Amino acid sequence: MKAGRFSVIFLAGAVFGTGLAISGMTDPGRVIGFLDVFGAWDPALLLVMAGAVAVYGFGMLILRRFQNHNLKLPSAASSPIDRQLVIGAAIFGVGWGLGGFCPGPSLANLGALRIEALIFVPAMAMGMFFAQKFFGADR
Amino acid sequence: MGDYTFWHALIGGTLIGLASLIATALSGKIPGISGVFGRLLVPATPDKKWRLLFLLGLIGGAALSFLLWDSAALFRPMRPLAVMGVAGLLVGFGTRLGGGCTSGHGVCGVGTGAKDSIAATLIFVGVAMVTVLIYNRAVS
Repeated sequence: MKAGRFSVIFLAGAVFGTGLAISGMTDPGRVIGFLDVFGAWDPALLLVMAGAVAVYGFGMLILRRFQNHNLKLPSAASSPIDRQLVIGAAIFGVGWGLGGFCPGPSLANLGALRIEALIFVPAMAMGMFFAQKFFGADR
Repeated sequence: MGDYTFWHALIGGTLIGLASLIATALSGKIPGISGVFGRLLVPATPDKKWRLLFLLGLIGGAALSFLLWDSAALFRPMRPLAVMGVAGLLVGFGTRLGGGCTSGHGVCGVGTGAKDSIAATLIFVGVAMVTVLIYNRAVS
């Protein structure tokens, strides 16, 4: 990757973090409010996902047309829906419902040095380390 | 920006999608946060630099937003810290076992219509909803 690209990817990260914060996804109250379908349901997360999915999906359709040796894109092929995927997604779901944090928002809250993030992120890193140690990182 | 409205959700989501798109074009990888972060913990990962810069940008962008806008800085603690620790372990283990999180599977995978990502997203959202239901019943 060329040097200029590294500054752009830093900026892309900053846009990502700004999006998380503006959309309220860094607030566990809003995330758990969405997950609490039998309580005072907060649909905000659905709108966030809809906006992000639409922009990414449409953008990738366009980018694929310009794919060349300067623009390498990840394979469009889907991995198999196997036991590892199902069990992993379920374990993630339990953790997400328990904490109201998924990986992006937990990291974003490091930017405010919130104690929840300072506890959650090292625990998450440990969980990732063990999953990758026992099951590999290349799913 | 004043109080939170659904515009905040839509605009924030648009920014997340746009940032993911740029990161995909530059890295050639699907820039899901759990994969970007998790692979930093593997010594053999060859492309650590963009991963680190992307995540540092994410933290910096969020930090700036918290300072600039009250609605972005809103944070309602929901769980005791011990529960946050357990939740972190499960989120880390589950996302790397299942190959993605809300961004990698939920945004990028669903956005490109990948069947495995659609399945994973339905599973983790469904399980998280049941978890919240059980937690609320057990605690109250």
